[in-house]
Amino acid sequence: MNRILTALLLVALPLPVAAGEIWVTNEKDDSISVIDVDTLEVVRTIPTGERPRGITFSSDHSRAYICASDSDTVQVMDPATGEILHDLPSGEDPEQFVLAPDDRHLWIANENDAVTTVVDVESRKVVGQIDVGIEPEGMAVSPDGKIVITTSETTNMAHWIDTATNTIFANTLVDARPRYAEFTKGGAELWVSSEIGGTVTVFDVATQAETHKIRFAIPGVNDDLIQAVGIQFTPDGKTAFVALGPANHIAVVNAETYEVEDYILVGRRVWHMTFSPDGSQLFTTNGVSGDVTVIDVASRQPVKSIKVGRFPWGAATRP
Amino acid sequence: MSWLLALKAILMREALRFLGQKGRLVSALVRPLVWLFVFAAGFRAALGLSITPPYQTYITYEIYIVPGLVGMILLFNGMQSSLSLVYDREMGSMRLLLTAPLPRWWLLFCRLVAAALISVLQAYAFLVVAALYGIRFPPLGYVAALPAILLAAMMLAALGLFLSSMIRQLENFAGVMNFVIFPMFFLSSALYPLWKMAEASPRLRDLCQANPFTHAVELIRFALYGKGNLLALAVTAGAMLVFGALAVWGYDPARGLASRKA
Repeated sequence: MNRILTALLLVALPLPVAAGEIWVTNEKDDSISVIDVDTLEVVRTIPTGERPRGITFSSDHSRAYICASDSDTVQVMDPATGEILHDLPSGEDPEQFVLAPDDRHLWIANENDAVTTVVDVESRKVVGQIDVGIEPEGMAVSPDGKIVITTSETTNMAHWIDTATNTIFANTLVDARPRYAEFTKGGAELWVSSEIGGTVTVFDVATQAETHKIRFAIPGVNDDLIQAVGIQFTPDGKTAFVALGPANHIAVVNAETYEVEDYILVGRRVWHMTFSPDGSQLFTTNGVSGDVTVIDVASRQPVKSIKVGRFPWGAATRP
Repeated sequence: MSWLLALKAILMREALRFLGQKGRLVSALVRPLVWLFVFAAGFRAALGLSITPPYQTYITYEIYIVPGLVGMILLFNGMQSSLSLVYDREMGSMRLLLTAPLPRWWLLFCRLVAAALISVLQAYAFLVVAALYGIRFPPLGYVAALPAILLAAMMLAALGLFLSSMIRQLENFAGVMNFVIFPMFFLSSALYPLWKMAEASPRLRDLCQANPFTHAVELIRFALYGKGNLLALAVTAGAMLVFGALAVWGYDPARGLASRKA
């Protein structure tokens, strides 16, 4: 009887489903490397426009949006075939963008023009342009879609944009060269990283007031090399991973106490990160060493570094 | 039966000798730990720019150096057993042992096993301290490393055995230090990966590649990650057989170098 039950259980257990793909943009190769999460190998390389950086998927993953910075356009790709469907008007030199939760409005930072451009991905038209500080780069949208953040690298500010009116309603100073911003899972806090300052500034979203400043120190690594860029929160929102650029490490930050708990060694000049679909692994793009390091999230140990194209920059997950 | 008795007796004697020298375990641990805590700490960020098997991602220098330091323990122990063999011969207990009514190669093999087992013990003691310091390997790696460490220890003990047949006096041990231990340790992959050596000079890399100690270290390095390295295994096992044969030859009173002593 027991044996039959065991056999039944074994049959009833779901077969492991395909664990998904990690898409990485290669800045210097004008391509995307697609990594299979199961085998941790590059399974496809897809050509793109010039200098691809920011990459994101629509919420149903039927479209991939890619900032082709030197082609001055955002490309829309069919992820199944890798075919470029059309380009979106993006303004000059798009570097990072964020897709609003409505899946329709793409908010793009135009680094050379000091503006943030809003594009309707269905009508393929620019529906708004907002003047922001010099060299805008980091983009974030609140989970409810009501606030969009642009960080400007030279003005050293986070600009808070009301998406209902497309106007800036607050500007907050951060440390030198803010390049990335991310809302916490519930949307109560905004985290902004500063590359030259080497810090992460935490804001209370309701009051736009600074609440915490996170600093980093790695034994044996010069402070100048600690340049905070990408930020990712675990699905449970309790832990944040912060990429530290040429320090070649990822910082593990407790998102409740704001304490740095660990540093993980990855490849050279780490930019951005994305999680595997089940959240058990983190993939980091290492620009100078041209690879992607896979981190086991539970043990916080680097597992493998996968060679991709030259200067990998952006990363996105496709289940 | 008497063969096993001899094995047991020799193992017991070496074990007692080891336990009698309380400082020996400590000193055997201090040497690699100084390298780990002081030498490697200074180079923490120096490596990690190239990934070579068995590593799959970037590592700190402290992680790289541990298998090499395990090799260092085995190397020094192999030489130490050679030292105690010379001592035994000067004191006469070696002659007594070799007159036992058993094949000489078996008696020498027993000495080899005894020396290797003590080396293995020290190597694991070092790995435990390294793990407490935060340098850990996959749990299975510690199991897989046992045969690799044992084989490497046997190979280096066989080398020690061979050398002991050539050394006439205890005082000559300093020569062994200079001409065997240092070149073997430094001209190997224990401290730097071979690609780093090749950057300095390809000839240096070739020298390291020809050094059996390099292969012993690589065998241990791969095993600690649960991986095999056929070339390293073949070279280490081959070197053990060659050194073992040379030792048997060296201790053969009819032909060997030991005879010329009298």
